[in-house]
Amino acid sequence: MKHKRVLLLTLVSVVLLAFGCAAFAADTLVVGFSQIGAESGWRTAETESVISAAKDLGIDLKFSDAQQKQENQISAIRAFIAQGVDGILLAPVVETGWEPVLTEAKEAGIPVILLDRGITVADESLYVCKITSDFIFEGEQAAKWTAAELGGKGNVVQLQGTPGASAAIERQKGFEDELAKTPDIKILESQTGDFTMELGKQVMEAFLKKYGNDIDVVYAHNDDMGLGAVQAIKEAGLKPGADIKLITVDATKAAFEAMVAGEVNAVVECNPLLGPLAFETLKKALAGEKLDKWIVQVDQVFTKDQAASVIGSRKY
Amino acid sequence: MRAPNIKARHVPIIATVVVFGLLYAAASMHFRNFFSLRVFANLFTDNAFMGIVAVGMTFAVLSGGIDLSVGSVVACTGIIMSKLITQHGFDPFLTAAMLLAAGTLFGTIMGCFIAFYDLPPFIVTLAGMFFARGSSQIISLESIPLKSDVLTAVAKFGIPMSARVRFPFAAIVLVASVLAGTWIAQFTKFGRNVYAIGDSEQSAVMMGLPVRRTKIGIYALSGFFASLGGVIYTLYTSAGYSLSGMGLELDAIASVVIGGTLLSGGVGYLPGTLLGVLIQGVIKTAIIFDGTLNSWWTKIIIGSLLFIFILLQTWIAKSARFRRSGP
Repeated sequence: MKHKRVLLLTLVSVVLLAFGCAAFAADTLVVGFSQIGAESGWRTAETESVISAAKDLGIDLKFSDAQQKQENQISAIRAFIAQGVDGILLAPVVETGWEPVLTEAKEAGIPVILLDRGITVADESLYVCKITSDFIFEGEQAAKWTAAELGGKGNVVQLQGTPGASAAIERQKGFEDELAKTPDIKILESQTGDFTMELGKQVMEAFLKKYGNDIDVVYAHNDDMGLGAVQAIKEAGLKPGADIKLITVDATKAAFEAMVAGEVNAVVECNPLLGPLAFETLKKALAGEKLDKWIVQVDQVFTKDQAASVIGSRKY
Repeated sequence: MRAPNIKARHVPIIATVVVFGLLYAAASMHFRNFFSLRVFANLFTDNAFMGIVAVGMTFAVLSGGIDLSVGSVVACTGIIMSKLITQHGFDPFLTAAMLLAAGTLFGTIMGCFIAFYDLPPFIVTLAGMFFARGSSQIISLESIPLKSDVLTAVAKFGIPMSARVRFPFAAIVLVASVLAGTWIAQFTKFGRNVYAIGDSEQSAVMMGLPVRRTKIGIYALSGFFASLGGVIYTLYTSAGYSLSGMGLELDAIASVVIGGTLLSGGVGYLPGTLLGVLIQGVIKTAIIFDGTLNSWWTKIIIGSLLFIFILLQTWIAKSARFRRSGP
């Protein structure tokens, strides 16, 4: 008899649970968000921004962490469609392979907005728009700061991101194109530090051996590599921020702390707090407004002088 | 309360059916739109590659063995397929057929090591796993998109179930694989030999059954289904990537065990494996539907289920009734 009783109990509790939670307000917006994972502080900040923005706006957010796997993102989007969400936010883990599932979303009339990365599809109408930072713009900002800081004359070394990553390619392109306008500033050498602190430090050590005091400015494609370079400069007996100046991209808290300490001179922001903009855009899309295919999250430059007053308000 | 006509060997598969029914019912009542054709079709589509791999795995487990190489074989198949078709312009169908043959051959080679040198399947297939994963990373570290209009059309094909919902190609292949597997397991000499080896290898030898040939056949079959899973996975994501299918072998083993197959071999049914796959699918979908739970909860729940099923198996193995009931 025991088995039967257990079965009955389970069934009863299941039914109770179902009725207890089935309340589903009809007029709240339901949005699915398929996130890549939680591999970096930047991405976690983005996730938190989306979750808290949804809370503020009274949106019922369905969040799914794909654990870095595309198949998980595809099945999450399928589940969102089946669930009948009003809109989908997608931070795609890779650029390819989205046609079939996005076609399903389109057929179901659910708008899809891409966050922080683009995708390659033959038919661009499969998504509403992408909301990302403009990496080329970030590179240009860094170059403008460098040109002004050096007064139009000096030597620069560049720590590149992971080869092939769009962030690395475009941050380099923007920087070099903009810097070409000041012919007296020379880029001595560019090498990859793979976006990590460790490699950033190693590459900087090599640069210091080769060029020593000739280096005026270090441009790093992200904060981690820049902070690695700071260590290398210190170990070489020079003063980072004074003897050799540094500008990095991302503007994480660690970089701000280094700025307050005077070891980094400036940072270009790459803001992960895309939540509010994402929902605002989605609401516009649902209202039938025409939107640009690419909505740029506007990033800014912070310098050493601003660091102390701004650091308190930084969320990532 | 045990009905006299239910043998202990049937308890795991009954438990599987009950667990699936309960989970599906609970999720359907709890979430709006869960009980729909679309979700039902998605369960098959989204888990097709894992299910196909699990069919092959079932034979390995039924014989008391294991095949750890399957996840890497999926990745390797995908990357070779994308490279040949996209970058070298090979015929898509020919490439797929060739890869299925290659997967079968790969399994056969592992089977030979296991059969002729009496090596434990765990070690041999672990070596196979490293080999296939390493090979795919040598071929390409980056994801290679699959560009073929014919294959896109194939992937899009589906049997209409309602105005908007189709039962797609991947799901059809999954069902066909399960049917084929069931037929092999239940109605062929080979299938009976697999059960006999899993029940007791020694007795199988003494009965004069072709134990070695059967073992080679098991890993060849598992290799075939792994590469078929790889082809379906590649169609699913339209790309080959050297890191795909990480840990897939373990998900497949979990499906097999939750599907009612005894890890020690000799007891189990192919349709149970399909249910094991669907159970994982229901849990995953329910967690996405909920939308607030961390997706890692899927693993925790599946882990707990696995634990319960293994306890159940231990109980069955100890049960004297089971020994008397015989095969």
